[in-house]
Amino acid sequence: MDIFLQQIVNGLVQGSIYALVALGYTMVYGIMGLINFAHGEVVMIGTLVTITVAGTLIKAGMPVAVAGLAGMMAAVLVCMALGWALERVAYRPLRNAPRLTPLITAIGMSIVLQNLAMMVWGRNYLTFPSFLPNMDFELAGAHFTAIQVIIVLVSAATMGALLLLVYRTKLGMAMRATAQNPAVASLMGVNINRVIAAAFVIGSALGAVAGVMVGAYYEIAHYQMGFMLGLKAFTAAVLGGIGNLAGAMLGGILLGIIEALGAGYIGDLTGGFLGSHYQDIFAFVVLIVVLMFKPSGLFGEKSGDRA
Amino acid sequence: MNFGHFFRSTVGIATLAALLVALPFVAAMGGQAWVRILDFAILYVFLALGLNIVVGLAGLLDLGYIAFYAVGAYTWALLASPHFGLHWPIWAILPIGAGLACLAGVVLGSPTLKLRGDYLAIVTLGFGEIVRIFLNNLNAPINVTNGPQGITLIDPVSFGAFQFSGTTQILGFAISGPQKYYFLLVALAILVVIINLRLQNSRIGRAWQAIREDEIAAKAIGINTRNLKLLAFAMGASFGGVAGGIFAAMQGFVSPESFSLIESIMILAMVVLGGMGHIPGVILGAVLLTVLPEVLRYGVGPLQMALFGKMLADPESLRMLVFGLALVLVMRFKPAGLWPSPVRRRELQETGK
Amino acid sequence: MQARLSVIALSVATVFALSACGPKEEPKPVAAAPDAKPEVVVKLGHVAPMTGPQAHLGKDNENGAVLAIEELNAQGMEIGGAKVKFELINEDDGADPKQGAIVAQKLVDAKVNGVIGHLNSGTTIPASKMYFDAGIPQVSGSATNPKYTQQGFKTAFRVMANDIQQGLALGEFAAKQGVKTVAIVDDRTAYGQGLADEFKKAAEAAGIKVVATEYTTDKATDFKAILTKIKSTKAELIFFGGMDAQGGPLAKQAKQLGVKALFLGGDGVCTPEFMKLGGEAAEGNYCSLPGSPLEKLANGPAFKEKFTKRFNAEIQLYAPYVYDAVWVVAEAMKRADSVEPAKYLAEIGKTKRDGVTAQIAFDEFGDLKGGAISMYKYTDGKLEYVETLGGGAVATAGSEVKEAVAEVKDAAKAVAGAATAVGKEAVSDVKDAAKAAAEAGKDAVKAGAEAVKNAADATKAAVDKK
Repeated sequence: MDIFLQQIVNGLVQGSIYALVALGYTMVYGIMGLINFAHGEVVMIGTLVTITVAGTLIKAGMPVAVAGLAGMMAAVLVCMALGWALERVAYRPLRNAPRLTPLITAIGMSIVLQNLAMMVWGRNYLTFPSFLPNMDFELAGAHFTAIQVIIVLVSAATMGALLLLVYRTKLGMAMRATAQNPAVASLMGVNINRVIAAAFVIGSALGAVAGVMVGAYYEIAHYQMGFMLGLKAFTAAVLGGIGNLAGAMLGGILLGIIEALGAGYIGDLTGGFLGSHYQDIFAFVVLIVVLMFKPSGLFGEKSGDRA
Repeated sequence: MNFGHFFRSTVGIATLAALLVALPFVAAMGGQAWVRILDFAILYVFLALGLNIVVGLAGLLDLGYIAFYAVGAYTWALLASPHFGLHWPIWAILPIGAGLACLAGVVLGSPTLKLRGDYLAIVTLGFGEIVRIFLNNLNAPINVTNGPQGITLIDPVSFGAFQFSGTTQILGFAISGPQKYYFLLVALAILVVIINLRLQNSRIGRAWQAIREDEIAAKAIGINTRNLKLLAFAMGASFGGVAGGIFAAMQGFVSPESFSLIESIMILAMVVLGGMGHIPGVILGAVLLTVLPEVLRYGVGPLQMALFGKMLADPESLRMLVFGLALVLVMRFKPAGLWPSPVRRRELQETGK
Repeated sequence: MQARLSVIALSVATVFALSACGPKEEPKPVAAAPDAKPEVVVKLGHVAPMTGPQAHLGKDNENGAVLAIEELNAQGMEIGGAKVKFELINEDDGADPKQGAIVAQKLVDAKVNGVIGHLNSGTTIPASKMYFDAGIPQVSGSATNPKYTQQGFKTAFRVMANDIQQGLALGEFAAKQGVKTVAIVDDRTAYGQGLADEFKKAAEAAGIKVVATEYTTDKATDFKAILTKIKSTKAELIFFGGMDAQGGPLAKQAKQLGVKALFLGGDGVCTPEFMKLGGEAAEGNYCSLPGSPLEKLANGPAFKEKFTKRFNAEIQLYAPYVYDAVWVVAEAMKRADSVEPAKYLAEIGKTKRDGVTAQIAFDEFGDLKGGAISMYKYTDGKLEYVETLGGGAVATAGSEVKEAVAEVKDAAKAVAGAATAVGKEAVSDVKDAAKAAAEAGKDAVKAGAEAVKNAADATKAAVDKK
């Protein structure tokens, strides 16, 4: 039982990270129906900026916690600027282009960002400064650390704040209107360009936060870390129903737990034939099965024609 | 179809044929490596044309196309290598590979028929990864694919005693291995182009285009969308399977790492960059995206020396950077691709306003 | 119509123009050598991934090769009566077999005299066929897949123990530590899976029970799910077949989960990077490196110093092996008195080099003879040498053992003689060396002999000085 609980904890933390990244995908997708493939790279830049800023400050003698916060602030700012620039350079000019065109620019930007990061931060793996003392908790036989608790809390809080933003503010209303019908929304006095830019900036800020969490959790960073993470998070967003904020969150957590339980138990259930080497498959199989019965994801509205 | 006219005119055919025949010999002046790059370019033309049926004609966004390529490659590898001790001839393996890939296409197609757009994209992406992961892990409990170690010493293409690897003398000309593969690939590519052209203007092709533009309307006018979508997947997949077989034979070695997601994405980029649904555009896209990184391999270093007088950045990292930038810039200024079909271009101009 | 034609023509023409001008740029620096003395330029190709996830290792390999080339040129080697200038042609294969074939063809076209590399087995194997067809000798410093040399290509060599040799030694070592149960994790790459499989065989043969076999990928960062499962099996040792970028976090997460098992890995995790990423969790665990430790060999420490001084960077992993590979080729050329691949190829097989990583000699397949494997312990953020295992017991024939025993005896005699002459300090050194030799056991007799011999030489030198 304690093993089972431990696997749930593992999955929950991993899933919270997926969820944080997935929110960025789903925000952009919900509003403009565009897969921002470069989002994973934004997360990566967030992590690397934090390492540089926090690392420099720690070296200068600043307390670790303060340096960590400063690093995070810097990462959020840089990523917001990056998100804005991405939208401006790579997506806005293509708003009326065929729908696959922005997908290719997104892939192009993703390659550019990766290689820029390689030139700036080098090819080696970097260690993330540890911000928190290594606190271990044990509950009913399951181990967890302070950072794990923080990750779950941060993603829950971010999620809440995002829901408030979307459903309780004027900007949120404008976003929802744009998502429904950009042309009509603009007739109603919504500045579409600003709303879309805002979605990118907010999504990127979330990406930066996710990047800091990933860095702090695994204490490792690399210029290619964004790709796999982005892919998993995107899968999570689709699983939950892309475009739906709560769906992204739940999809992320679900994906994390499926992976943990899959790696932990499928091997024994199938007599060793399907072991943890098929860990990455479980998520996709669940995804395919879910989509067969619910073609727009678990919580997605029926918006199949958008794409 | 302008291109169709051009293709049918005698002058056009003669010019093209002369160019295609001369190409590998001209390229060989710069070294056999360029012939090999040409080979890969045509292999990708082949793949891109296959994907074009699925994405360009039927409008189904497929991010797992490389899976079919993998199926074809492994079929060849298993049936013509010391791994199982089998050495079947090409006329047996290629159809089997195409058939298996076709079957894989149907298997992928059937559960995803209901899905649209980006949902389809992620499911096909998942499918591609599933195939790769299985290839990577099927070395236990029974060793089928030899896992991550890959399969070595795969037989090259041969017709009877005529081997495609190594240099042979034909009419006093020394023709190298890569050059022979070039001609084989060109022959196959021409076949695919003809099939594509015929398809595009056939009942099936028009039905696909109808589905692409508006599935509900297509259904309403009596098109069997289910069967036609499956057919698109199956046809695209079979081309992938054939290309995979040739790849395995040409390389003499396959391992799962050749069939990663990034390959699927690159093939899609070729289709979109060149001009979706337009055959000459797709060909251009495939050739450009294969040759460009190689040209940059030579060009970036000396260019820096000429511009700044010293190496500012590592040429290897700059190479991919420039490649990514090129993708962005082309799409920015030619959103419909470098060479879109005239119809599509017109549509775009209308909606663009 | 017209426009269309011209577009085709233009695009074709560009391709031609580019293809025509490309390679021409390469030989320029070669031609610019207006030396009165006849000078032969020897082109050595070097291939490793400079882009992608393994780019850091690729750069390290390149540095190793560059250092060797610079030394060779500074030394001014003469072959066939002419002064030789070595030139390195670096290529990036992105760890992708397809690109590997293209760059291999490029090197064949460039008529290189030899090839150093590639880094990955996945690109080395398909490329080896092309080098074989062209008759170009290839020496890899890091491709450990046994298949590379089993294809029957007489041009293929490696200056590193293959996965079989290393897996065997690691299995023996695990048994020696007295563990009864082991959990094996591999990263599903050709390297990780190959090593883990060989380790499994050796461990089972030594009576260790494999209680869990788990897998990850070479891109993973989260290992908690498989580690939780391993924890439930209460394995005493976790063996990891894979690279440092995964191994470090794996060890760390194991500690976080309260897994108490020892950690053991191959050369992929025997790096400073692993310790950086694993942090405290690395402490007290073990890993192996092919060959003998740099410190134990005559030329090792000097190499380390030169490397850090030249590149202002720490050795990542394979640089010393690549350095050896370049020297192996250069020395074979010297012995054959020719830079022609056809002429010096046979000499590579006869190599007997006192390398920075091992005593290099090849068996009939082109694999390292004997293939000694050294074990290390992570102590205080450094790799501490533990012992050297013989490794390929299969490769060491009975007669060779006898020979080696005789060598040990001779060496010991020499040591004893020299030692008495020098005094107490030297005696303790020699004793240590002798102890190490004794510990290494039967399989390591040969390696031990060499260690004693080196010690003897060192003592002799010391005596001479005095």
